[in-house]
Amino acid sequence: MNAISLFGQSIRRVEDARFLRGEGRYVDDLAQPGALHAVFLRSPHAHARLLALDVAAARAAPGVHLVLTGAMLAEAGIGGLPCSSVLAAETPLVKPDHPPLALDRVRHVGEAVACVVAETAHQAEDAAELILAEYDMLPAVTEHDAALAPAAPQLHEEAPRNLAFLWHKGDRAAVKAAFAAAAHVVEADIPNPRVTCAPIEPRAAVAVPEASRLSLIVNGQNVHSMRNQLCAAMKLPPEALHLVVPDVGGGFGVKNVAFPEHVCLLHAARELGAPVRWTARIGEDYAASAHGRGLHGRGRLALDAEGRFLALDFDGVAEMGAYLSANGPHCPTNAAATAMGGVYAIPAIHMTVRGAFTNTAPMEAYRGAGKPEANYIIETLIEHAARATGQDAAALRARNMIGEFPYRSALGMELRDGNFAPRLKECAELADRAGFPARRAASEAKGKRRGFGLTAFLETARGAFGEWAKLSVSPEGDVTLAIGTQSNGQGHETSFPQYVAHQLDLPMERIRYVQADTDLVAFGNGHGGARSLHMGGEAMRQAAHNLLAEARGRAARLLQTAPDTLHYAGGRFALADGQSVTLAELAAEEPPLEGEARHALDLCTFPNGAHAAEVEVDPETGECTLCAYTAVDDYGRLLNPMLALGQVQGGVVQGIGQALLEAIRYDPESGQLLTAGLMDYCLPRASDLPSLDIALREDAPTEANGLGVKGTGQAGCIAAPQAVMAAIRDAVGAEITMPATPEKLWAALHGR
Amino acid sequence: MYDFAYHKPSSVADAVKLLAADPDAKAVSGGHTLLPALKHRLNKPSSLVDLSGIAEMRGVRREGNALIIGALTRHHEVANSEEVKSAIPALAYMAQHIGDQQVRNRGTLGGSVSNNDPAADYPAAVLGLGATIHTSKRKIAADDFFLGMFTTALEHDEILVAVEFPIPEKAGYAKMRNPASRYVMAGAFVSKGPKGVRVAINGAAACVFRQSEMEAALSSNWSADAVAGIKQPADDLNSDIHGSAEYRAHLVTVMAKRAVAAAG
Repeated sequence: MNAISLFGQSIRRVEDARFLRGEGRYVDDLAQPGALHAVFLRSPHAHARLLALDVAAARAAPGVHLVLTGAMLAEAGIGGLPCSSVLAAETPLVKPDHPPLALDRVRHVGEAVACVVAETAHQAEDAAELILAEYDMLPAVTEHDAALAPAAPQLHEEAPRNLAFLWHKGDRAAVKAAFAAAAHVVEADIPNPRVTCAPIEPRAAVAVPEASRLSLIVNGQNVHSMRNQLCAAMKLPPEALHLVVPDVGGGFGVKNVAFPEHVCLLHAARELGAPVRWTARIGEDYAASAHGRGLHGRGRLALDAEGRFLALDFDGVAEMGAYLSANGPHCPTNAAATAMGGVYAIPAIHMTVRGAFTNTAPMEAYRGAGKPEANYIIETLIEHAARATGQDAAALRARNMIGEFPYRSALGMELRDGNFAPRLKECAELADRAGFPARRAASEAKGKRRGFGLTAFLETARGAFGEWAKLSVSPEGDVTLAIGTQSNGQGHETSFPQYVAHQLDLPMERIRYVQADTDLVAFGNGHGGARSLHMGGEAMRQAAHNLLAEARGRAARLLQTAPDTLHYAGGRFALADGQSVTLAELAAEEPPLEGEARHALDLCTFPNGAHAAEVEVDPETGECTLCAYTAVDDYGRLLNPMLALGQVQGGVVQGIGQALLEAIRYDPESGQLLTAGLMDYCLPRASDLPSLDIALREDAPTEANGLGVKGTGQAGCIAAPQAVMAAIRDAVGAEITMPATPEKLWAALHGR
Repeated sequence: MYDFAYHKPSSVADAVKLLAADPDAKAVSGGHTLLPALKHRLNKPSSLVDLSGIAEMRGVRREGNALIIGALTRHHEVANSEEVKSAIPALAYMAQHIGDQQVRNRGTLGGSVSNNDPAADYPAAVLGLGATIHTSKRKIAADDFFLGMFTTALEHDEILVAVEFPIPEKAGYAKMRNPASRYVMAGAFVSKGPKGVRVAINGAAACVFRQSEMEAALSSNWSADAVAGIKQPADDLNSDIHGSAEYRAHLVTVMAKRAVAAAG
């Protein structure tokens, strides 16, 4: 094997050479000779009957080849994209039809009403302005609580009172009994506002008609499930649709799923026999892609006289938007339940979630998808409990942290590993908690308020279970890795060949990487849920094992020896007497030489850690400066520590954004989107951030996969909100909800 | 974006002719407001008159006790001009804090002042220093120039050519940025000089305005304490998802106090 193992090396990203030179190939960069351009006419209203749609003038406009309407799609037998969420719900999940183009009703601002296809985007935009849409406006409801109220405007006949589902999990009686016997009970309203993924590259796709099928070049995160969704809507067999994904500029969840626009592009390309392309504007993505989070409710925590947690109860409402996106109902329920209670031993947990339809964009998974919400609930309640019982919050946490494994949570998760309490202690030390009083005094001397927050998190990482990988050796000795996971910026093009090279004892340069093409990848579950190195890594490990086993057998036959007499190193099987044969020679002698693996591994990994934030608040303006951010995290073994750290940093920054800056806002009266772009939707900037001090510890590798790795993708986003919010509450001495805007802090400090 | 004709005149006279000939023409300088509006089809000019080729509208020069700054002078140039830094450091400071570096490399004094965005920086400096607007046909006092949201005394075929800033004894600027857009949530430009004591407030209302109560207080006692107790009425102030009128009213006092402190 390699003198220095590739596993654990911070190898720099090979893909960055093209990204940094502007040579990345994104959907909008791809030349598509003869392609037509699609533009969508969208609803300006939050809720209205669509009485008439006159597209005659648009059809006659210069350059226009096609104007699609909802009625035309229905006539062609095309239905809505399916919601794949499955809930064991008390009131079953209502799945209203979501036609790709509105039929007789629009239910949120930005809902697509017609699709104009023309020779240029300019002509398509001109023609879209000629469409006469006649609306009869209806009252709209954008707030979740208002939507569930008796007199609220109804979105769907099949969902009385806008209730999408009523779901609960856990032992209600046990929780009730524990609360009755508790020495202390704390409770709090814990909203988790609706935000948006905001990838730097908006959604884009090109539909291409081919001889016997359709092809969609799309910036997605999961070609196989997107193909399934599109095939379901278009009543196509899987072989009639090919999906391929070029470089992608970030996804964070929103690009996991197919969208109505994709259906329209495919149908238009099929009708016209020409490629049809579309790139969303930022405003289209903010209004009509999907949003995330939006789980609000009341949390209660019961403690005994010594401060041990007895029970956790959460009763909340999950915003669903106007229609159900594929994973919308799954995130605040099934997914949130996996992390409910966080890193703490809580004997009884119960949660109730009602899904509410509102006149807003649909909800989808956003980095963490339920886990940030669950962790934020318990961590916020612990802050309340510490204040109510006069205990040190860190001590209260440490006392209740799970310390023995395996641990079965009250909601059924089997935790296998972790060093939770040591992480908390180490983080407090690295963040110099002991020195905080002096720093606070210095801030106060300048007229500022200072706060410190130290919180923990538990990620339950897996995403969709099961994965596939195939390694193929060429006669030249190059190895092609095809895999069903997908990078959309995470660096798999580097880290996955790094792992295969490690397994095969070959130089990384010999490994070619293939992803995200339904022609080249037999099966896969794509991106999402911090699954790639856990699920994909295990598939690669097994594929490499299978390849070497096959090659060893062949080598033994060729060299007329027993397989176990062969020594493998550097791509060569050798006998003690010097006879040898290489992988390349074996591939040339009898192609193909392959190793394939498809597993159905369904275990989670449990990334975890402790994060500390320190803030300074200007009481005159309410402006909050994040002064320091420290984390000590466990992601098991690290294949490429630099890329792992990058993932954590990115997640932390998105979590900080949620705590301080981000919220999707609708006008409650008109239902208009008030944050339709970066002028009003506030993303974190580099200047909002201190240097992030993140330490990664490898002392608790997981046995859930053969690599010992845990998912890094979502963790930062799951950990950061509660740390920052705890620091802010410490600084201002009041309850503050996310995002902690300057006006909120100012109002809290001035008793308004 | 809709189609439009494009002209790039090389003199003020030619630019004025082009504008006069076409009531739907628009002058463009840095384009920070106009180009996004065009891209979103929110504006439909028949032609754009690009002023960037007019050399006579550039540059900073001192004339007696005033700085005359050409309308096409970019924010970056004002921020880094030795002339501005020594004569009116508060003006250089303000220019240095407009938008980000890309904005400062492209945006111009004339564009910002003629556009009169309520949340822009320059109108506060122009009003707060009691500057005089030089146009293609006349001179207009700052007090008569800013008429309302995105509205000025400029006529359609009138171009802002330069701004004459009297050099004050003291001046200071402070603002709070909108966290998302980084435009001004509330700001104050204060000065004491040949035009008396002036306090101009931007970001908080539909149009930059003078805070006369603060001006009176500072006239008798030039100190941050003199304005600290003066409450700006919240009536008629902007209110949006980033800040209520009440909050902005509070910020006006805070920013005025800080501006006076910065002025020294």
